[in-house]
Amino acid sequence: MTTDLDSLYQEIILDHYKNPHHKGLREPFEAEVHHVNPTCGDEVTLRVHLGDGPGGTTVEDVSYDALGCSISQASASVLTDLVIGKPVDDAMRIHDEFLTLMQGKGQVEPDEEVLEDGVAFAGVARFPARIKCALLSWMAWKDATTTAQLEEAQ
Amino acid sequence: MEGLLPDLEVVRKDFPILSRPMADGHPLVYLDSANTSQKPQVVIDTMVDHLERHNANIARAMHQLGAEATAAYEDARDKVAAFLGAPDRDEVIFLKNATEALNLAANTLAWPGERQVGPGDEVVITEMEHHSNIVPWQLLTERTGATLRWFGITEDGRLDLSDIDELVTERTKVVSLVWISNMLGTVNPIGAIARRAHEVGALVVVDASQAAPQLPIDLAAMPEEERPDLLAFTGHKVVGPTGIGVLWGRRAVLDQLPPFLGGGEMIETVTMERSTYAPIPHKFEAGTPPIVEAVGLGAAVDYLSVLGMTNVHRHEQVVTAYALEGLQSVPGLRVLGPLDAAQRGGAISFEIPGVHPHDLATVLDTRGIAVRAGHHCAKPAHARFGVQSSTRMSSYLYTTPAEIDALVDGLEYTRSYFKLS
Ligand SMILES: Cc1ncc(COP(=O)(O)O)c(C=O)c1O
Repeated sequence: MTTDLDSLYQEIILDHYKNPHHKGLREPFEAEVHHVNPTCGDEVTLRVHLGDGPGGTTVEDVSYDALGCSISQASASVLTDLVIGKPVDDAMRIHDEFLTLMQGKGQVEPDEEVLEDGVAFAGVARFPARIKCALLSWMAWKDATTTAQLEEAQ
Repeated sequence: MEGLLPDLEVVRKDFPILSRPMADGHPLVYLDSANTSQKPQVVIDTMVDHLERHNANIARAMHQLGAEATAAYEDARDKVAAFLGAPDRDEVIFLKNATEALNLAANTLAWPGERQVGPGDEVVITEMEHHSNIVPWQLLTERTGATLRWFGITEDGRLDLSDIDELVTERTKVVSLVWISNMLGTVNPIGAIARRAHEVGALVVVDASQAAPQLPIDLAAMPEEERPDLLAFTGHKVVGPTGIGVLWGRRAVLDQLPPFLGGGEMIETVTMERSTYAPIPHKFEAGTPPIVEAVGLGAAVDYLSVLGMTNVHRHEQVVTAYALEGLQSVPGLRVLGPLDAAQRGGAISFEIPGVHPHDLATVLDTRGIAVRAGHHCAKPAHARFGVQSSTRMSSYLYTTPAEIDALVDGLEYTRSYFKLS
């Protein structure tokens, strides 16, 4: 029983929860979104700033303000670590990898090369009620990034 | 412990789910009854028996099974009428849940008729409503140009009635409020509020979703000025099945309201140009109703009546008092709502700073303890207390003091798990 709980609340997750990275809303940004988890009320406001980099359009900054549980907060923190500084295409692939892990019912082996601290969330996939918590900021990030890209294209 | 249901262990055996093991062999500690209650064997058996032996459509089938099914359905209406002490059994309308009942009220009040709400009129609700008793009235006032107003909540979780005379005025057409809050547990003085509302000619709607499971209700015994005009509750919280709810209404009011849904069963006669409508209750029961669910609800309210609602209420108060004491022994824990068990229902929401309700609920769940975490469909009431969500334990007639002890132990464990000192 404790092992199950410990697989959910990995030390890495609790660390990110206590000391979230890149937290707070910053300028500049091209898109801001507000996502809520309607069943529990967790909320995130998230901004994306894109720029030109050697690998194409790059995620220059992701800033956010979030209210919610340890899983949703830690997930936002890990997300920013993983995508800031990456070309958007690479970041989207990381997003897809994380989504696959979360939807994998605990059967997917996470790739530490791609997900780094994100592998700590593997245990969440076994708690169906908590998957939405882990995905909240990732969904918000994808939404904001897509919006920012559309803005740019116009 | 004085005041618990006599033979509590025997009562618990009526609820088969209570003896199923949870993950890792933990016994189930079900403290989420305000969300939905568990079902006694007699409700399950009655529904199975109906499906196995008496199933047919009602009112329109000209055969033995049709007659039996119709009798069972109408018998359930008698049982619910007795449970509420309804002055008239035809005033009991079967719908699918409390939400539908409240929407029926809010919709039919928007349509042309003697009670129609329009521009300049006001509808008064409270800040402690379930979303089911907020959103329908927002829709009504948005659609009709009426104004929505509400009672606030005091610091200790009661309705702030200090401005009742300014809030409920000649402009007020409807006052709709919850009898017992599903979040704060507060028991509201519906009699006094109805009295004021009736003075100004307003219609009084009461959401009894949490009251029906816990309080003895005797509508006929209430003084007329204090009696609600419409009252809603939901079957699954009174040990009945899902898919069945009840709207009770004063006959004169139900007669004034236009039909809600149109279709089979609710008509008297239909031509291509127009229809005339059946009298209540059928006027509001369009289409094939939830038959077996109604039959199950009949068995459920009978079960409660055999236990005695006075006994159920006393049990809830004793368990709630014990829980309030236990919860407050947990360092840092803050109860949202009144602290006096005599004045509240069995739902207790609380927060422990430093542990989010989701995390709390997950840790408790791994110990077999089921509670609710989130906003409990009462976001405005949470906002009033400056919290975005809370954890809620809710007991019922089958809850034991030992289960409260298990919760308190679980909370202590959670605190240590998240290293709160
Ligand atoms: C006070 C209150 N009102 C209304 C409801 C809605 O009940 P239902 O979802 O069965 O329509 C509930 C239950 O969640 C409740 O607690």
